[in-house]
Amino acid sequence: MTLLLGALTIGLILSLLAMGVMISFRIFSVPDITTDGSITLGAAVAATLIVNGVDPVTATLVATVAGFVAGATTGVLHTQFKIDALLSGILVMTALYSINLRVMGRSNIPLLSNRTLGSMVSDFGTAVFGSERINLLGWMVSPADLALLLAALIAAAVAAVIVLWFFRTEVGTAMRATGDNAQMVRALGANVELYRIFGLATANGLIALSGALFAQYQGFADAQMGIGMVVWGLASVIIGEALTGGTRSLGLTLVGAIFGSVLFRLLVAIALRWGLNPNDLKLITAVFVFAALVLPGLAGRLRRGLAVK
Amino acid sequence: MTAMLSLKGLRKTFNPDTVNEVRALQGVNLEVSDGSFVQLLGMNGSGKSTLLNAVAGSFFVDRGSIELNGADITRWPEHRRAKLIGRVFQNPFSGTSPNLSIAENFALAARRGEFRGLGWALNRSLMKELRDRIATLRMGLEDRLDNAIGSLSGGQRQALTLLMATWRKPKLLLLDEHTAALDPKSADQVIQLTEEVVKREKLTALMVTHSMQQAVSLGDRIVMLHRGQVAHDFSGPAKSRLRPEDLVDRFHEIRRRELLDERAAELLRNSYA
Ligand SMILES: Nc1ncnc2c1ncn2[C@@H]1O[C@H](COP(=O)(O)OP(=O)(O)OP(=O)(O)O)[C@@H](O)[C@H]1O
Ligand SMILES: [Mg+2]
Repeated sequence: MTLLLGALTIGLILSLLAMGVMISFRIFSVPDITTDGSITLGAAVAATLIVNGVDPVTATLVATVAGFVAGATTGVLHTQFKIDALLSGILVMTALYSINLRVMGRSNIPLLSNRTLGSMVSDFGTAVFGSERINLLGWMVSPADLALLLAALIAAAVAAVIVLWFFRTEVGTAMRATGDNAQMVRALGANVELYRIFGLATANGLIALSGALFAQYQGFADAQMGIGMVVWGLASVIIGEALTGGTRSLGLTLVGAIFGSVLFRLLVAIALRWGLNPNDLKLITAVFVFAALVLPGLAGRLRRGLAVK
Repeated sequence: MTAMLSLKGLRKTFNPDTVNEVRALQGVNLEVSDGSFVQLLGMNGSGKSTLLNAVAGSFFVDRGSIELNGADITRWPEHRRAKLIGRVFQNPFSGTSPNLSIAENFALAARRGEFRGLGWALNRSLMKELRDRIATLRMGLEDRLDNAIGSLSGGQRQALTLLMATWRKPKLLLLDEHTAALDPKSADQVIQLTEEVVKREKLTALMVTHSMQQAVSLGDRIVMLHRGQVAHDFSGPAKSRLRPEDLVDRFHEIRRRELLDERAAELLRNSYA
């Protein structure tokens, strides 16, 4: 049961990453690999600050800002120096690898003995519900784990509401159109370059926040934790889109990304339980995303091919 | 009559000093007075679209100056010029954001060139105004404001783009073959809407067309471009007397001169080389 709660909680924390990936990939149509670096950056900054005695809330906020800056850097490389978006992301991601090691001073920072958002929420859960396992719909769960799950749910929901609100404002609506038809947005008087920078910054801010929360939940930050996370985020977004039936509605797409992230994490937890080698995880994720990207078109072509015959 | 738009010696060369060098604008001079509706004609590649793009700011010109409404906008970036300029493109896909709803597209147009802040893009008063003004298109779109604009036909999208471009009265309206991609019926409809809005709002407008019929029946001036320069300019009574045949004659004349030039060049080559 702890396993299930854990998978749900991690899925919810990583849904912030999924939302970030959704913003860069789907709203701005930029494949942003900065993600791999910025989730680690978020974890690294938060963990380093926390072990140095900064309070966890401040540490988390600073980590988010750091991600924002990383994303803005990618945006500036792309829009101001006219470097291909993919390459801009690769450059920043690569630079971040060194920066993250610099920030941490080593490749792994354990947080188990520190006060983190994770331990604060656990303590709160224990204080409110006691330390006895409680019965939840027939399952015995520890109050600390339950509190963590609820906190992650609240974090995901709050982030989703803010993202939803923002992209419905005047400026947010113009940003959504940017990924759709930049020429038109320019003709209507918006600074598309600035929008792209801001969009990538926001996406990576969310992703770094996800990393900061993840580190505090699992109790350590690791220089390797970001590898392949952009594909992970994409997988969540794609599952979410399948769940919501390819709707245009921004709200549903966001909800889809959250559910996609949680569902994907659950599937992974189950597969690992059944004896899947953790080393194969990235391969399977990549194949999954490949299939999800290719199959719809392939199915359509097959259908058309059959119709012709 | 004061000049609303004043172009002096505009030059633009694409891919300079390469094999693909194209001198698209070779010293265009043009004054357009306030409220004038100009038809821009010219053969393929004569530089019509390039001229419109130069005015809109899609790129900076190599030489010359662009003055609009008394301001020198030669070095203004495109998004800044958008405050003064409304545009409709040839491709119906270019003027709208397909995944946004009709209403959201108009919310963007309603703030053309203005600061965009954190207020809701859509609000009740805008929706009401939208419903009223979109109803004047007589396409039944006022009941489909929440539909994605990508689901509409090309003609509907162009009509909406035209309304978007003129939602806030622009100092200058640029229309680049905005009916060329439409079926004849939709094209007629959009042309009629164009005429209505230009008249009603007393807009200053530049319209590129390949239709002689449209050129003679619309507006108060015809400017013919050739090889990146103004070759003919008809306004006032001279424009109203023009018939499509006269314009065709002018084209033939240009083409004949061109052939003569070619032949002269050939002759020169033969005698000197
Ligand atoms: N961005 C560009 N890069 C390179 N060459 C260009 C570019 N835009 C236009 N040209 C070239 O400049 C010349 C003028 O093109 P332009 O599109 O202005 O012609 P046009 O008068 O609009 O023709 P049409 O009637 O076919 O639309 C053409 O030779 C074209 O190939
Ligand atoms: Mg053209």
